[in-house]
Amino acid sequence: MGIGVVIVAKKKVIFSFPPSLVEEPITYVLIKNYDLQVNILRATVRPRDRGRMVVELKGKKENLNKAFEYLEGAGIQVDALVQEMRHRPELCVSCTACVPMCPTGALSVNRETRELEFDHNKCIICEACIPSCSYRALESQF
Amino acid sequence: MLRTIEQINAKIKSGKIVVATAEEVVGLVNEKGVKRAAKEVDVVTTGTFGPMCSSGAYFNIKQSTPKIKLGGGRVTLNGVVAYAGWAAADILIGANALPDDDPRNAVYPGLFKYGGAHIIEDLLAGKKVRLEAKAYGTDCYPRKEYSAELGLEDFNNAVLFNPRNCYQLYNVAVNLSERTIYTYMGVLKPRLGNANYSTTGALSPLLKDPELRTIGIGTRVFMGGGEAYVAFNGTQHVPNPERDANGLPLSPSATLALIGDLKTMDTRFVRAASVIGYTSTLALGVGVPIPIVDEKVMAQAALADEDITYPIVEYSESYPLGRPGNLGRVSMAQLMSGRIEVDGKKVPTGGMASRAKGRAVALELKRLISEGRFLLTQATAPLPGAALAWEEEA
Repeated sequence: MGIGVVIVAKKKVIFSFPPSLVEEPITYVLIKNYDLQVNILRATVRPRDRGRMVVELKGKKENLNKAFEYLEGAGIQVDALVQEMRHRPELCVSCTACVPMCPTGALSVNRETRELEFDHNKCIICEACIPSCSYRALESQF
Repeated sequence: MLRTIEQINAKIKSGKIVVATAEEVVGLVNEKGVKRAAKEVDVVTTGTFGPMCSSGAYFNIKQSTPKIKLGGGRVTLNGVVAYAGWAAADILIGANALPDDDPRNAVYPGLFKYGGAHIIEDLLAGKKVRLEAKAYGTDCYPRKEYSAELGLEDFNNAVLFNPRNCYQLYNVAVNLSERTIYTYMGVLKPRLGNANYSTTGALSPLLKDPELRTIGIGTRVFMGGGEAYVAFNGTQHVPNPERDANGLPLSPSATLALIGDLKTMDTRFVRAASVIGYTSTLALGVGVPIPIVDEKVMAQAALADEDITYPIVEYSESYPLGRPGNLGRVSMAQLMSGRIEVDGKKVPTGGMASRAKGRAVALELKRLISEGRFLLTQATAPLPGAALAWEEEA
Protein backbone atom coordinates (compact mmCIF):
# COMPACT_ATOMS: atom_id res chain seq x y z
CA MET A 1 0.00 0.00 0.00
CA GLY A 2 1.43 3.34 -1.01
CA ILE A 3 0.88 6.46 0.95
CA GLY A 4 -1.78 8.46 -0.88
CA VAL A 5 -1.14 12.12 -1.49
CA VAL A 6 -3.67 14.19 0.39
CA ILE A 7 -5.03 16.57 -2.16
CA VAL A 8 -5.99 19.71 -0.45
CA ALA A 9 -6.05 22.16 -3.32
CA LYS A 10 -6.97 22.31 -6.97
CA LYS A 11 -6.57 25.37 -9.11
CA LYS A 12 -7.19 26.26 -12.74
CA VAL A 13 -4.84 29.01 -13.86
CA ILE A 14 -3.21 30.57 -16.88
CA PHE A 15 0.56 30.84 -17.21
CA SER A 16 1.86 33.59 -19.44
CA PHE A 17 5.55 33.49 -20.13
CA PRO A 18 7.81 35.76 -22.18
CA PRO A 19 9.65 34.41 -25.27
CA SER A 20 12.85 34.08 -23.21
CA LEU A 21 11.24 31.48 -20.96
CA VAL A 22 9.57 29.40 -23.65
CA GLU A 23 12.28 26.75 -23.35
CA GLU A 24 12.08 26.52 -19.54
CA PRO A 25 10.81 23.05 -18.48
CA ILE A 26 8.13 24.46 -16.22
CA THR A 27 5.84 21.47 -15.96
CA TYR A 28 8.80 19.24 -15.11
CA VAL A 29 9.76 21.52 -12.25
CA LEU A 30 6.20 21.69 -10.96
CA ILE A 31 5.88 17.92 -10.90
CA LYS A 32 9.39 17.06 -9.71
CA ASN A 33 10.02 19.80 -7.17
CA TYR A 34 6.52 20.56 -5.92
CA ASP A 35 4.81 17.19 -6.30
CA LEU A 36 1.90 18.62 -8.25
CA GLN A 37 -0.45 16.99 -10.68
CA VAL A 38 -0.33 19.12 -13.79
CA ASN A 39 -3.13 18.80 -16.30
CA ILE A 40 -2.51 20.92 -19.37
CA LEU A 41 -5.86 21.96 -20.80
CA ARG A 42 -4.58 24.24 -23.48
CA ALA A 43 -1.30 25.74 -24.64
CA THR A 44 -0.12 28.14 -27.30
CA VAL A 45 3.48 29.01 -28.02
CA ARG A 46 4.24 31.22 -30.98
CA PRO A 47 7.73 32.18 -32.17
CA ARG A 48 8.84 35.53 -30.70
CA ASP A 49 5.53 35.84 -28.85
CA ARG A 50 4.60 35.06 -25.27
CA GLY A 51 3.49 31.53 -24.49
CA ARG A 52 0.21 30.83 -22.74
CA MET A 53 -0.95 27.72 -21.00
CA VAL A 54 -4.19 26.80 -19.26
CA VAL A 55 -3.45 24.27 -16.55
CA GLU A 56 -5.20 22.58 -13.72
CA LEU A 57 -2.92 22.07 -10.73
CA LYS A 58 -3.63 19.63 -7.93
CA GLY A 59 -1.53 19.13 -4.83
CA LYS A 60 -0.88 20.08 -1.23
CA LYS A 61 -1.81 23.67 -0.55
CA GLU A 62 1.67 24.61 0.74
CA ASN A 63 3.27 23.04 -2.34
CA LEU A 64 0.92 24.98 -4.57
CA ASN A 65 1.86 28.22 -2.85
CA LYS A 66 5.56 27.43 -3.14
CA ALA A 67 5.08 26.61 -6.80
CA PHE A 68 3.40 29.96 -7.39
CA GLU A 69 6.37 31.67 -5.71
CA TYR A 70 8.75 29.76 -7.98
CA LEU A 71 6.74 30.74 -11.08
CA GLU A 72 6.65 34.38 -10.09
CA GLY A 73 10.39 34.36 -9.40
CA ALA A 74 10.98 32.82 -12.80
CA GLY A 75 9.08 35.66 -14.47
CA ILE A 76 5.93 33.75 -15.29
CA GLN A 77 2.63 35.51 -14.84
CA VAL A 78 -0.06 33.42 -13.18
CA ASP A 79 -3.69 34.50 -13.60
CA ALA A 80 -6.90 33.02 -12.36
CA LEU A 81 -9.08 31.60 -15.10
CA VAL A 82 -11.86 34.18 -15.27
CA GLN A 83 -13.13 36.32 -18.08
CA GLU A 84 -10.84 34.63 -20.57
CA MET A 85 -13.90 33.33 -22.31
CA ARG A 86 -16.76 35.76 -22.40
CA HIS A 87 -20.43 35.14 -22.93
CA ARG A 88 -22.22 38.35 -23.84
CA PRO A 89 -25.86 38.01 -22.76
CA GLU A 90 -26.80 41.26 -24.53
CA LEU A 91 -25.91 39.63 -27.87
CA CYS A 92 -27.01 36.07 -27.06
CA VAL A 93 -30.45 34.95 -28.28
CA SER A 94 -30.34 31.62 -26.37
CA CYS A 95 -30.65 29.56 -29.53
CA THR A 96 -28.47 26.98 -27.73
CA ALA A 97 -26.46 25.97 -30.84
CA CYS A 98 -23.29 26.22 -28.71
CA VAL A 99 -24.46 23.79 -26.03
CA PRO A 100 -23.58 20.48 -27.76
CA MET A 101 -20.21 21.96 -28.82
CA CYS A 102 -19.12 22.42 -25.20
CA PRO A 103 -17.22 19.38 -23.87
CA THR A 104 -17.39 20.35 -20.20
CA GLY A 105 -20.98 21.51 -19.68
CA ALA A 106 -19.88 25.12 -19.14
CA LEU A 107 -22.60 26.13 -21.59
CA SER A 108 -26.05 24.86 -20.69
CA VAL A 109 -29.74 25.67 -20.97
CA ASN A 110 -31.77 26.73 -17.97
CA ARG A 111 -34.64 24.21 -17.86
CA GLU A 112 -37.15 26.82 -16.70
CA THR A 113 -36.29 29.97 -18.64
CA ARG A 114 -34.71 28.13 -21.62
CA GLU A 115 -32.00 30.77 -21.50
CA LEU A 116 -28.36 30.03 -22.07
CA GLU A 117 -26.15 29.86 -18.98
CA PHE A 118 -22.38 30.08 -18.90
CA ASP A 119 -20.36 28.73 -15.99
CA HIS A 120 -16.82 30.02 -16.43
CA ASN A 121 -15.55 27.67 -13.73
CA LYS A 122 -16.22 24.74 -16.03
CA CYS A 123 -14.80 26.42 -19.14
CA ILE A 124 -11.43 25.23 -20.41
CA ILE A 125 -11.25 27.83 -23.20
CA CYS A 126 -11.20 25.18 -25.91
CA GLU A 127 -13.13 27.66 -28.08
CA ALA A 128 -15.20 24.89 -29.70
CA CYS A 129 -18.31 26.99 -29.09
CA ILE A 130 -17.16 30.09 -30.96
CA PRO A 131 -17.87 28.98 -34.56
CA SER A 132 -21.31 27.72 -33.57
CA CYS A 133 -22.44 31.15 -32.40
CA SER A 134 -24.05 33.14 -35.20
CA TYR A 135 -24.49 36.22 -33.02
CA ARG A 136 -20.89 36.83 -31.85
CA ALA A 137 -22.03 36.35 -28.30
CA LEU A 138 -19.04 34.17 -27.37
CA GLU A 139 -15.54 35.56 -27.49
CA SER A 140 -12.16 34.43 -26.29
CA GLN A 141 -9.46 36.71 -24.93
CA PHE A 142 -6.96 33.85 -24.78
CA MET B 1 -68.76 28.76 -33.45
CA LEU B 2 -67.70 30.02 -30.00
CA ARG B 3 -66.87 33.60 -31.01
CA THR B 4 -66.23 35.64 -34.12
CA ILE B 5 -63.21 37.83 -34.84
CA GLU B 6 -65.53 40.84 -34.51
CA GLN B 7 -66.54 39.76 -31.02
CA ILE B 8 -62.91 39.16 -30.10
CA ASN B 9 -61.95 42.65 -31.27
CA ALA B 10 -64.83 44.19 -29.31
CA LYS B 11 -63.51 42.46 -26.19
CA ILE B 12 -59.97 43.68 -26.93
CA LYS B 13 -61.26 47.26 -27.19
CA SER B 14 -63.26 46.97 -23.98
CA GLY B 15 -60.29 45.55 -22.11
CA LYS B 16 -62.08 42.29 -21.29
CA ILE B 17 -60.11 40.02 -23.56
CA VAL B 18 -58.61 36.83 -22.14
CA VAL B 19 -55.28 35.93 -23.76
CA ALA B 20 -52.96 33.03 -23.00
CA THR B 21 -49.72 31.97 -24.63
CA ALA B 22 -49.51 28.66 -26.47
CA GLU B 23 -47.37 27.33 -23.60
CA GLU B 24 -49.87 28.44 -20.96
CA VAL B 25 -52.84 26.72 -22.62
CA VAL B 26 -51.08 23.36 -22.54
CA GLY B 27 -51.40 23.32 -18.75
CA LEU B 28 -54.82 24.94 -18.81
CA VAL B 29 -56.30 22.28 -21.10
CA ASN B 30 -54.66 19.53 -19.03
CA GLU B 31 -56.26 20.94 -15.93
CA LYS B 32 -59.70 22.03 -17.16
CA GLY B 33 -60.23 20.20 -20.44
CA VAL B 34 -60.66 21.59 -23.93
CA LYS B 35 -64.29 22.63 -23.53
CA ARG B 36 -63.78 24.88 -20.50
CA ALA B 37 -60.45 26.24 -21.71
CA ALA B 38 -62.01 27.16 -25.05
CA LYS B 39 -64.79 28.99 -23.24
CA GLU B 40 -62.39 30.94 -21.01
CA VAL B 41 -59.65 31.92 -23.45
CA ASP B 42 -60.35 34.15 -26.46
CA VAL B 43 -56.92 34.27 -28.07
CA VAL B 44 -53.80 32.13 -27.88
CA THR B 45 -50.50 33.76 -28.78
CA THR B 46 -47.62 31.88 -30.37
CA GLY B 47 -44.00 32.87 -30.92
CA THR B 48 -40.89 31.86 -32.73
CA PHE B 49 -37.45 33.35 -33.18
CA GLY B 50 -34.82 32.04 -35.52
CA PRO B 51 -32.81 32.59 -38.68
CA MET B 52 -35.17 33.06 -41.62
CA CYS B 53 -32.98 33.20 -44.68
CA SER B 54 -35.80 34.09 -47.00
CA SER B 55 -35.93 37.63 -45.63
CA GLY B 56 -35.27 40.94 -47.24
CA ALA B 57 -36.16 44.58 -47.04
CA TYR B 58 -37.05 46.94 -49.81
CA PHE B 59 -36.56 50.66 -49.66
CA ASN B 60 -37.73 53.70 -51.57
CA ILE B 61 -35.12 56.46 -51.56
CA LYS B 62 -35.80 60.18 -51.54
CA GLN B 63 -34.64 61.57 -54.86
CA SER B 64 -31.61 63.83 -55.05
CA THR B 65 -31.26 66.74 -57.45
CA PRO B 66 -30.75 65.92 -60.23
CA LYS B 67 -32.72 62.70 -60.03
CA ILE B 68 -31.27 59.22 -60.58
CA LYS B 69 -32.84 56.03 -61.93
CA LEU B 70 -31.53 53.15 -59.81
CA GLY B 71 -33.43 50.47 -61.72
CA GLY B 72 -31.08 48.74 -64.11
CA GLY B 73 -28.09 50.31 -62.40
CA ARG B 74 -25.87 49.03 -59.62
CA VAL B 75 -26.44 49.78 -55.95
CA THR B 76 -24.57 48.80 -52.80
CA LEU B 77 -25.29 49.52 -49.13
CA ASN B 78 -22.10 49.51 -47.03
CA GLY B 79 -20.62 47.51 -49.90
CA VAL B 80 -23.36 44.84 -49.77
CA VAL B 81 -24.91 44.38 -53.19
CA ALA B 82 -28.56 45.43 -53.35
CA TYR B 83 -31.05 44.42 -56.01
CA ALA B 84 -31.74 47.30 -58.42
CA GLY B 85 -34.00 45.73 -60.98
CA TRP B 86 -37.09 47.69 -60.03
CA ALA B 87 -38.09 51.29 -60.62
CA ALA B 88 -36.12 54.51 -60.30
CA ALA B 89 -36.07 54.72 -56.52
CA ASP B 90 -36.76 51.19 -55.24
CA ILE B 91 -34.06 48.80 -54.10
CA LEU B 92 -34.12 45.51 -52.23
CA ILE B 93 -31.54 44.03 -49.94
CA GLY B 94 -31.72 40.31 -49.24
CA ALA B 95 -30.56 38.94 -45.88
CA ASN B 96 -28.05 36.66 -47.65
CA ALA B 97 -26.56 39.42 -49.88
CA LEU B 98 -22.82 39.98 -49.49
CA PRO B 99 -20.18 42.48 -50.53
CA ASP B 100 -18.34 41.51 -53.73
CA ASP B 101 -15.08 41.12 -51.82
CA ASP B 102 -16.43 38.73 -49.18
CA PRO B 103 -14.51 35.46 -49.69
CA ARG B 104 -17.66 33.35 -49.12
CA ASN B 105 -16.58 29.75 -48.64
CA ALA B 106 -13.35 30.24 -50.63
CA VAL B 107 -11.79 30.49 -47.18
CA TYR B 108 -13.62 27.53 -45.66
CA PRO B 109 -15.69 27.68 -43.56
CA GLY B 110 -16.72 31.21 -44.50
CA LEU B 111 -17.53 33.62 -41.70
CA PHE B 112 -20.12 35.77 -43.52
CA LYS B 113 -19.45 38.58 -41.09
CA TYR B 114 -21.41 41.33 -42.80
CA GLY B 115 -24.26 40.92 -45.25
CA GLY B 116 -27.73 42.15 -46.07
CA ALA B 117 -29.07 41.08 -42.68
CA HIS B 118 -26.49 43.28 -40.98
CA ILE B 119 -27.61 46.25 -43.09
CA ILE B 120 -31.17 45.71 -41.84
CA GLU B 121 -29.98 45.34 -38.24
CA ASP B 122 -27.73 48.43 -38.46
CA LEU B 123 -30.58 50.56 -39.80
CA LEU B 124 -32.88 49.36 -37.00
CA ALA B 125 -30.14 50.11 -34.45
CA GLY B 126 -30.19 53.74 -35.62
CA LYS B 127 -26.98 53.54 -37.64
CA LYS B 128 -26.51 55.11 -41.04
CA VAL B 129 -25.44 53.06 -44.04
CA ARG B 130 -23.57 54.23 -47.12
CA LEU B 131 -25.56 53.92 -50.34
CA GLU B 132 -23.53 53.98 -53.52
CA ALA B 133 -25.24 53.89 -56.88
CA LYS B 134 -24.25 53.90 -60.52
CA ALA B 135 -26.91 54.42 -63.14
CA TYR B 136 -27.04 54.81 -66.89
CA GLY B 137 -28.86 58.17 -66.94
CA THR B 138 -32.00 59.10 -68.83
CA ASP B 139 -33.56 62.37 -69.98
CA CYS B 140 -35.84 62.40 -66.93
CA TYR B 141 -33.27 60.91 -64.51
CA PRO B 142 -29.96 62.34 -65.72
CA ARG B 143 -27.78 61.61 -62.70
CA LYS B 144 -25.32 58.74 -63.16
CA GLU B 145 -23.65 58.47 -59.77
CA TYR B 146 -24.92 58.94 -56.26
CA SER B 147 -23.50 58.37 -52.80
CA ALA B 148 -25.14 59.16 -49.48
CA GLU B 149 -25.23 58.17 -45.82
CA LEU B 150 -28.78 57.12 -45.04
CA GLY B 151 -30.55 56.20 -41.83
CA LEU B 152 -33.86 54.36 -41.60
CA GLU B 153 -35.77 57.64 -41.33
CA ASP B 154 -34.19 58.90 -44.59
CA PHE B 155 -36.06 56.37 -46.72
CA ASN B 156 -39.60 57.12 -47.89
CA ASN B 157 -40.50 53.49 -47.23
CA ALA B 158 -38.71 50.58 -45.63
CA VAL B 159 -40.58 47.28 -45.79
CA LEU B 160 -39.53 43.91 -44.43
CA PHE B 161 -40.68 41.10 -46.67
CA ASN B 162 -40.31 37.35 -46.26
CA PRO B 163 -41.21 35.14 -49.20
CA ARG B 164 -40.98 32.17 -46.80
CA ASN B 165 -41.24 32.18 -43.06
CA CYS B 166 -42.52 30.18 -40.06
CA TYR B 167 -41.86 26.75 -41.59
CA GLN B 168 -44.37 24.32 -40.16
CA LEU B 169 -42.32 21.54 -38.59
CA TYR B 170 -38.67 21.28 -39.42
CA ASN B 171 -36.06 18.58 -39.64
CA VAL B 172 -33.72 17.66 -36.83
CA ALA B 173 -30.27 17.66 -38.44
CA VAL B 174 -27.46 15.17 -37.79
CA ASN B 175 -24.19 14.27 -39.50
CA LEU B 176 -23.17 10.63 -40.02
CA SER B 177 -19.96 11.43 -41.91
CA GLU B 178 -16.39 11.52 -40.62
CA ARG B 179 -15.95 15.29 -40.81
CA THR B 180 -17.56 18.38 -39.30
CA ILE B 181 -20.03 19.99 -41.67
CA TYR B 182 -21.27 23.57 -41.73
CA THR B 183 -24.94 23.81 -42.61
CA TYR B 184 -27.97 26.06 -42.31
CA MET B 185 -28.80 23.90 -39.32
CA GLY B 186 -25.53 24.98 -37.71
CA VAL B 187 -22.25 23.18 -37.11
CA LEU B 188 -22.81 19.42 -37.19
CA LYS B 189 -20.09 17.34 -35.63
CA PRO B 190 -19.08 14.02 -37.24
CA ARG B 191 -20.43 10.59 -36.27
CA LEU B 192 -23.65 11.88 -34.69
CA GLY B 193 -21.77 14.42 -32.58
CA ASN B 194 -24.86 16.57 -32.15
CA ALA B 195 -28.44 16.96 -33.33
CA ASN B 196 -29.71 20.45 -34.14
CA TYR B 197 -33.34 21.50 -34.27
CA SER B 198 -35.03 24.68 -35.39
CA THR B 199 -38.44 25.08 -33.82
CA THR B 200 -40.08 26.51 -30.72
CA GLY B 201 -42.27 23.41 -30.35
CA ALA B 202 -45.39 24.09 -28.32
CA LEU B 203 -44.97 27.83 -29.08
CA SER B 204 -44.41 27.47 -32.83
CA PRO B 205 -47.07 29.44 -34.77
CA LEU B 206 -47.98 26.95 -37.48
CA LEU B 207 -47.83 23.94 -35.15
CA LYS B 208 -50.54 25.44 -32.97
CA ASP B 209 -53.04 25.79 -35.82
CA PRO B 210 -51.68 22.94 -37.89
CA GLU B 211 -54.53 22.80 -40.39
CA LEU B 212 -54.49 26.60 -40.85
CA ARG B 213 -58.13 26.96 -39.84
CA THR B 214 -57.60 30.53 -38.54
CA ILE B 215 -54.43 31.65 -40.32
CA GLY B 216 -54.77 32.81 -43.92
CA ILE B 217 -54.10 35.66 -46.29
CA GLY B 218 -54.66 38.92 -44.45
CA THR B 219 -53.94 37.61 -40.95
CA ARG B 220 -52.23 40.31 -38.90
CA VAL B 221 -49.18 39.03 -37.06
CA PHE B 222 -46.40 40.29 -34.83
CA MET B 223 -43.10 40.45 -36.69
CA GLY B 224 -39.80 41.87 -35.53
CA GLY B 225 -41.46 43.98 -32.84
CA GLY B 226 -43.97 45.55 -35.23
CA GLU B 227 -47.13 44.60 -37.08
CA ALA B 228 -47.07 42.56 -40.25
CA TYR B 229 -49.48 40.60 -42.39
CA VAL B 230 -49.71 37.24 -44.08
CA ALA B 231 -49.42 38.34 -47.70
CA PHE B 232 -49.68 34.93 -49.32
CA ASN B 233 -48.62 31.37 -48.78
CA GLY B 234 -44.88 31.18 -48.42
CA THR B 235 -42.73 29.61 -51.12
CA GLN B 236 -42.33 25.82 -50.84
CA HIS B 237 -45.72 25.66 -49.06
CA VAL B 238 -46.97 22.07 -49.05
CA PRO B 239 -50.79 22.16 -49.28
CA ASN B 240 -51.80 18.63 -48.30
CA PRO B 241 -49.15 16.93 -46.19
CA GLU B 242 -49.49 13.58 -44.52
CA ARG B 243 -50.68 14.19 -40.94
CA ASP B 244 -50.74 12.43 -37.58
CA ALA B 245 -53.86 11.90 -35.45
CA ASN B 246 -53.57 15.44 -34.00
CA GLY B 247 -53.49 17.02 -37.45
CA LEU B 248 -49.77 17.77 -37.25
CA PRO B 249 -47.86 17.30 -40.50
CA LEU B 250 -45.18 14.62 -40.56
CA SER B 251 -42.67 16.63 -42.60
CA PRO B 252 -41.91 20.33 -43.29
CA SER B 253 -45.15 21.69 -44.78
CA ALA B 254 -46.95 25.05 -44.56
CA THR B 255 -45.07 28.33 -44.88
CA LEU B 256 -46.11 32.00 -44.77
CA ALA B 257 -45.12 35.03 -46.81
CA LEU B 258 -45.06 37.97 -44.40
CA ILE B 259 -44.82 41.68 -44.98
CA GLY B 260 -44.54 44.60 -42.56
CA ASP B 261 -43.23 48.11 -42.03
CA LEU B 262 -39.56 47.88 -41.04
CA LYS B 263 -39.76 51.29 -39.37
CA THR B 264 -42.06 49.83 -36.66
CA MET B 265 -39.62 47.02 -35.77
CA ASP B 266 -36.76 46.83 -33.29
CA THR B 267 -33.51 44.97 -32.72
CA ARG B 268 -34.93 42.95 -29.82
CA PHE B 269 -36.77 40.88 -32.39
CA VAL B 270 -34.69 41.43 -35.54
CA ARG B 271 -31.09 40.24 -35.41
CA ALA B 272 -28.43 39.68 -38.00
CA ALA B 273 -26.78 36.27 -37.81
CA SER B 274 -23.58 34.95 -39.39
CA VAL B 275 -24.00 31.21 -39.82
CA ILE B 276 -20.49 29.84 -40.29
CA GLY B 277 -19.84 28.13 -43.61
CA TYR B 278 -23.33 28.98 -44.77
CA THR B 279 -24.55 32.58 -44.93
CA SER B 280 -25.38 35.92 -43.47
CA THR B 281 -29.03 35.76 -42.43
CA LEU B 282 -31.75 37.46 -40.46
CA ALA B 283 -33.17 36.07 -37.23
CA LEU B 284 -36.72 37.23 -36.74
CA GLY B 285 -39.28 37.06 -34.00
CA VAL B 286 -42.72 36.19 -35.33
CA GLY B 287 -45.91 35.70 -33.32
CA VAL B 288 -49.26 34.68 -34.75
CA PRO B 289 -52.42 35.20 -32.68
CA ILE B 290 -54.84 32.29 -32.82
CA PRO B 291 -58.49 33.23 -32.25
CA ILE B 292 -60.26 30.44 -30.36
CA VAL B 293 -63.27 30.25 -32.64
CA ASP B 294 -64.12 26.67 -31.75
CA GLU B 295 -63.03 23.80 -29.54
CA LYS B 296 -60.96 22.13 -32.23
CA VAL B 297 -58.82 25.27 -32.51
CA MET B 298 -58.22 25.13 -28.76
CA ALA B 299 -57.45 21.41 -28.78
CA GLN B 300 -54.78 21.92 -31.42
CA ALA B 301 -53.40 25.12 -29.86
CA ALA B 302 -52.88 23.14 -26.66
CA LEU B 303 -50.73 20.41 -28.23
CA ALA B 304 -47.75 19.82 -25.94
CA ASP B 305 -44.04 19.40 -26.58
CA GLU B 306 -44.60 15.68 -26.07
CA ASP B 307 -47.16 15.61 -28.92
CA ILE B 308 -45.00 17.32 -31.54
CA THR B 309 -42.53 15.08 -33.36
CA TYR B 310 -39.91 15.83 -35.99
CA PRO B 311 -38.04 13.68 -38.52
CA ILE B 312 -34.30 13.23 -37.95
CA VAL B 313 -32.50 13.92 -41.23
CA GLU B 314 -28.89 13.23 -42.16
CA TYR B 315 -27.15 16.32 -43.60
CA SER B 316 -23.76 15.14 -44.92
CA GLU B 317 -25.20 13.05 -47.75
CA SER B 318 -28.95 12.35 -47.54
CA TYR B 319 -30.07 15.99 -47.48
CA PRO B 320 -27.66 17.36 -50.11
CA LEU B 321 -28.46 14.48 -52.47
CA GLY B 322 -32.18 14.66 -51.81
CA ARG B 323 -32.51 11.10 -50.57
CA PRO B 324 -35.89 10.36 -49.07
CA GLY B 325 -36.38 8.86 -45.64
CA ASN B 326 -35.15 9.70 -42.20
CA LEU B 327 -33.46 8.24 -39.13
CA GLY B 328 -36.63 8.18 -37.04
CA ARG B 329 -38.67 10.77 -35.17
CA VAL B 330 -38.21 12.63 -31.89
CA SER B 331 -40.52 14.82 -29.88
CA MET B 332 -39.87 18.41 -28.86
CA ALA B 333 -39.84 17.27 -25.23
CA GLN B 334 -36.99 14.85 -26.02
CA LEU B 335 -35.09 17.55 -27.93
CA MET B 336 -35.46 19.95 -25.03
CA SER B 337 -34.15 17.38 -22.55
CA GLY B 338 -30.70 17.97 -24.07
CA ARG B 339 -30.20 14.46 -25.45
CA ILE B 340 -31.91 12.25 -27.97
CA GLU B 341 -31.18 8.72 -29.08
CA VAL B 342 -30.25 8.07 -32.71
CA ASP B 343 -29.18 4.61 -33.87
CA GLY B 344 -28.74 3.61 -30.24
CA LYS B 345 -26.37 6.49 -29.54
CA LYS B 346 -27.05 9.32 -27.10
CA VAL B 347 -26.70 12.55 -29.05
CA PRO B 348 -26.59 16.02 -27.45
CA THR B 349 -29.03 18.55 -28.92
CA GLY B 350 -28.64 22.19 -29.87
CA GLY B 351 -30.99 24.73 -31.33
CA MET B 352 -31.17 27.23 -34.14
CA ALA B 353 -34.49 28.77 -33.06
CA SER B 354 -34.71 30.21 -29.55
CA ARG B 355 -37.42 28.94 -27.24
CA ALA B 356 -36.61 31.74 -24.78
CA LYS B 357 -37.05 34.43 -27.43
CA GLY B 358 -40.10 32.66 -28.87
CA ARG B 359 -41.63 32.87 -25.40
CA ALA B 360 -40.75 36.58 -25.25
CA VAL B 361 -42.57 37.08 -28.58
CA ALA B 362 -45.69 35.21 -27.38
CA LEU B 363 -45.72 37.19 -24.13
CA GLU B 364 -45.20 40.50 -25.94
CA LEU B 365 -48.07 39.74 -28.31
CA LYS B 366 -50.23 38.71 -25.34
CA ARG B 367 -49.43 42.04 -23.66
CA LEU B 368 -50.21 44.07 -26.81
CA ILE B 369 -53.59 42.35 -27.23
CA SER B 370 -54.44 42.62 -23.54
CA GLU B 371 -53.63 46.34 -23.59
CA GLY B 372 -55.85 46.89 -26.62
CA ARG B 373 -52.93 47.71 -28.90
CA PHE B 374 -53.19 44.80 -31.29
CA LEU B 375 -56.45 43.86 -33.00
CA LEU B 376 -57.02 40.65 -34.89
CA THR B 377 -57.97 40.49 -38.54
CA GLN B 378 -60.15 37.89 -40.19
CA ALA B 379 -58.16 36.18 -42.93
CA THR B 380 -59.77 36.89 -46.29
CA ALA B 381 -58.60 33.79 -48.11
CA PRO B 382 -57.33 30.41 -46.94
CA LEU B 383 -53.84 29.18 -47.69
CA PRO B 384 -53.58 26.45 -50.32
CA GLY B 385 -54.96 23.16 -49.03
CA ALA B 386 -56.62 24.78 -45.98
CA ALA B 387 -60.19 25.77 -45.11
CA LEU B 388 -60.88 28.65 -42.73
CA ALA B 389 -63.00 27.75 -39.70
CA TRP B 390 -65.59 30.48 -40.37
CA GLU B 391 -66.01 29.34 -43.96
CA GLU B 392 -66.49 25.68 -42.96
CA GLU B 393 -69.58 26.59 -40.98
CA ALA B 394 -71.01 29.18 -43.34
